[in-house]
Amino acid sequence: MTVKQPFETVVASHGAVVLRVCRAVLGPVDADDAWSETFLSAMKAYPELPADANLEAWLVTIAHRKAIDVLRAQGRRPIPAGDLPETTQASGAEHDDDLADALGRLPGRQKQAVAYHYLAGLPYADVAAILGGSADAARRAAADGIAALRRTYPGFAARKTAAGKAAARKEEVR
Amino acid sequence: MNTNHDLIRDLTRSTDALPGQLAGLHARLAAAAQRDGILDVAYRVIETPVGSLLVAATETGLVRVAYATENHDAVLQSLADRISPRILAAPARLDHVARELEEYFGGQRRRFDVPLDWRLSAGFRSTVLHHLPEIGYGQTASYAAVARLAGHPKAVRAVGSACATNPLPVIVPCHRVVRSDGGMGGYLGGAEAKSILLTLEAAA
Repeated sequence: MTVKQPFETVVASHGAVVLRVCRAVLGPVDADDAWSETFLSAMKAYPELPADANLEAWLVTIAHRKAIDVLRAQGRRPIPAGDLPETTQASGAEHDDDLADALGRLPGRQKQAVAYHYLAGLPYADVAAILGGSADAARRAAADGIAALRRTYPGFAARKTAAGKAAARKEEVR
Repeated sequence: MNTNHDLIRDLTRSTDALPGQLAGLHARLAAAAQRDGILDVAYRVIETPVGSLLVAATETGLVRVAYATENHDAVLQSLADRISPRILAAPARLDHVARELEEYFGGQRRRFDVPLDWRLSAGFRSTVLHHLPEIGYGQTASYAAVARLAGHPKAVRAVGSACATNPLPVIVPCHRVVRSDGGMGGYLGGAEAKSILLTLEAAA
């Protein structure tokens, strides 16, 4: 007999990862709404879900759709299937070079591939099933996303170090 | 590549839940599930003089009270199997029963008037359980007397098994059923819990 665990256990086991994915794909402001819609929708469908289903992949798939809904509801451009230019969410030259912001500025598909593979831990075959396209394409999108983040990230890291050194120098002066 | 590892670690950290965020989201989910009529079973755990009691309710009423010795995780799994897996820790639906239990353990309440969902008991066991509230607060009755109440004077052992599988202990007072020879008899919550309840009721 297949056993289906109480939905409370599903929330306890996967709530944090789904929130992480929502935060990565939508940013902190809209993540709460997407998370709530994801788990409400999942709970509705839960009794019909096959007991041997991969819960994490199922939840991330729902979160992916809910994130698109949230973006649409805001009248923003829906996340398209193809790659976007890198400037979709950049508000101008002046942006805080923080890693989360850098992630936010990635093209939708790269951002999603990074979130679903690196943050949710899904294999590329599952990422491809969510995004459409092949596992190789999902792998490339994630690799491109990581490469873009690394272009930003060393700068971020260097600045942190520089700031640390400046603070240390200040200490010495005192 | 080490830098990739660092990058992913930092990425993970930058998308961490804020303190209290998941608890807030959970409460919001429970409220939305209740609103949409998909919260098939709500539960909470209440601390009492007889230990942690898990209380669970359907839309119909209180469906399960479980002692810690019954293993709350196992009880929740059995509720998922027998009623529905759409189960959440959602305290609001249990506010009424929590308040009545607090009054009961404080010696200020002699009977419970929360709505009950009897679906976890059936047949003769259910008949027995329905008769237990006739044993008044502070009173006891023998297994044989309860068998007579239930209309089957010879079914003494069946009364024992009905009590042993009572899905709503404390509320449906199987602790008031004792042995004819004056012995306390067994109890699904353990002898100590039975003794605490009988002492509480005798004192009030």
